[in-house]
Amino acid sequence: MTGDPELAPILQFTDVRLAFAGVRAIDGITFHVEPSELFAIIGPNGAGKTSIFNVLSGVYRPQAGEVSFAGQSLLGRRPHQIARLGLARTFQNVELFANLTVLENLMLGRHHHIAYGPLSALVWLGRARRAEVANRAAVEEIIDFLELEQWRRLPVGMLPFGIQKRVELGRALAMQPKLLLLDEPVGGMNVEETEDMARFILDIREELDIPVILVEHDMGLVMDLADRVLVVDFGRPVATGKPGEIQHHPEVIRAYLGEVSTT
Amino acid sequence: MRDSYAGRLQRRATTRRPLLHTSYRSDMALLNTRAKRYAVLALLLVGMSLPFLLPDAFLTELAGGSAYAIGAIGLMLLTGFAGQISLGHAFFAGVGFYTAAVISGDPDGRALGFGVTEILIWLPAAGLVAAAAGALVAPLATRLRGLYLAIVTLGLVFVGERVFAQWSAVTGGGSAGRPPPTVRLFGYRLDADGAFTKPQQLFWLMLVLLVVFAVVARNLARSNVGRAFTAIRDRDIAAGVIGVNLTKQKTVAFAISSFYAGCAGALFYTTVLNVNPNQFNLFLSVLFIVMVLIGGVGTISGAIAGAFLIALLPRFTDALAEWLPFISTRPQDVLNDSVTRFVLYGLLIIGFLLFEPRGLVGIWSRIRNWWTTFPFSY
Repeated sequence: MTGDPELAPILQFTDVRLAFAGVRAIDGITFHVEPSELFAIIGPNGAGKTSIFNVLSGVYRPQAGEVSFAGQSLLGRRPHQIARLGLARTFQNVELFANLTVLENLMLGRHHHIAYGPLSALVWLGRARRAEVANRAAVEEIIDFLELEQWRRLPVGMLPFGIQKRVELGRALAMQPKLLLLDEPVGGMNVEETEDMARFILDIREELDIPVILVEHDMGLVMDLADRVLVVDFGRPVATGKPGEIQHHPEVIRAYLGEVSTT
Repeated sequence: MRDSYAGRLQRRATTRRPLLHTSYRSDMALLNTRAKRYAVLALLLVGMSLPFLLPDAFLTELAGGSAYAIGAIGLMLLTGFAGQISLGHAFFAGVGFYTAAVISGDPDGRALGFGVTEILIWLPAAGLVAAAAGALVAPLATRLRGLYLAIVTLGLVFVGERVFAQWSAVTGGGSAGRPPPTVRLFGYRLDADGAFTKPQQLFWLMLVLLVVFAVVARNLARSNVGRAFTAIRDRDIAAGVIGVNLTKQKTVAFAISSFYAGCAGALFYTTVLNVNPNQFNLFLSVLFIVMVLIGGVGTISGAIAGAFLIALLPRFTDALAEWLPFISTRPQDVLNDSVTRFVLYGLLIIGFLLFEPRGLVGIWSRIRNWWTTFPFSY
């Protein structure tokens, strides 16, 4: 399922370098993501995985390199412009709007699909109401897809962590993205919640056909789901390949377990 | 289609079970339960009949409370929803007031005036000029956050106070002041005794305007724009990543909030005879913040409740001075009624922040929950 080789990659990340003062967070990483591919990025803590996501979503600006998404350069664009191009993400530590309900959080995912301006909003009747009702219907489909019905009207701050992660995935899906970035979707979850999330990620691929970049520490999940894996360490690429190859790659083993003593 | 089987079913479902919504539209309606509809209707009827029940002095205070409430709703949109702490609200109220006063002012008077006394002209103009001023200040908010924005907007009030005091052609000067805008609605003079007394007419005017401004603000709050405001308030980085244009939404928030402030400034002083430019000082800004805090951050009804509490506080301190012999009504005494009022403002802020951070709305929702779960309330 590595996608049609004749199609251009949806994302091309070329030799990107990002440094904070002396710390090189990303030090020359290159990869690409095929249309409808599930691409995983793994590596020890502090390896630069989340920095890659922050470069992609426009939160950080790299000093060098090139990032092109669906044929357009992402560098120099602001986060909301990148979101409009069709790039959606979730965060390692859930970044939901805790005071808002599940419905409102998902409606916020629809933000750039709702075209009316402040003046129509003030009047409400007519244009604004039509758009709200239509987008509410779209959001309800996602609630149905992720089985969030029973929490619909609760403020997300009151929900258990596993459900919050699912709501955040829902908010990203509500954006109707062309590429989905998942930052540790099962981090801190128990076995049951992890299995639920794995099922949703598979559903996203099969029913919605959205390519995914997955950053995750749960190796079982990565090896089961990913088409290709990129291993990074200290901001540098260690290896790229199919899950089976990566598992036995000597460099990868060294990055995770340390130098093998030869004496 | 009304007589189809499905239509009959739906009609029966909605008439016999009013809480069952069969369309997103009815689910998302502002007054989506029967209880809310009746409560709002009752509140409006009581409000409209108050001029026949209360003395004129009280009505004047309530009219002022309505004008305050319009201003507080504006600050609520900016601070309570969009999370941009602004101490500059008094400045925008001043801009609105002087716009209205100049447009409706006496052309032969001491200060500049164009003699257009129709409220339907000077009120929107006051709001629009203030909104333009707000939009000009908004770029600051895109660069600064939290306390830094508060400090910069504080500077705005000081600059504004100085300009208002010096620009005597418009404001009448620091010591003299100028009369407030004249209120005519379709040619009928409202701020002079006519078919009803001046306080009665102004009270009705302010109440109707408050309802309009509140409904419109509520619409904004529940719309895509209002959701974007709360997103910026709660997590601005995540808001950007999901597609909210921070610069644009902060500008919209500042402009709309200033529109409300401008209208409030223009309306509030119509009950008095002369307005001194030092009215639009830091204290007025702080008063608006107090209304928002006491009412309950993040709710339009909270802004209204907070505004009326502040507007009626003088009445309370006057009553207190009557009952407590150590509070005097003479201005030269240390503990007089206006000092008591300031102390009460302070105590109210501290008390609410400590014991009920959700404000008056929080108290109300607690009472409501107690009743809905009765007799199993804990």
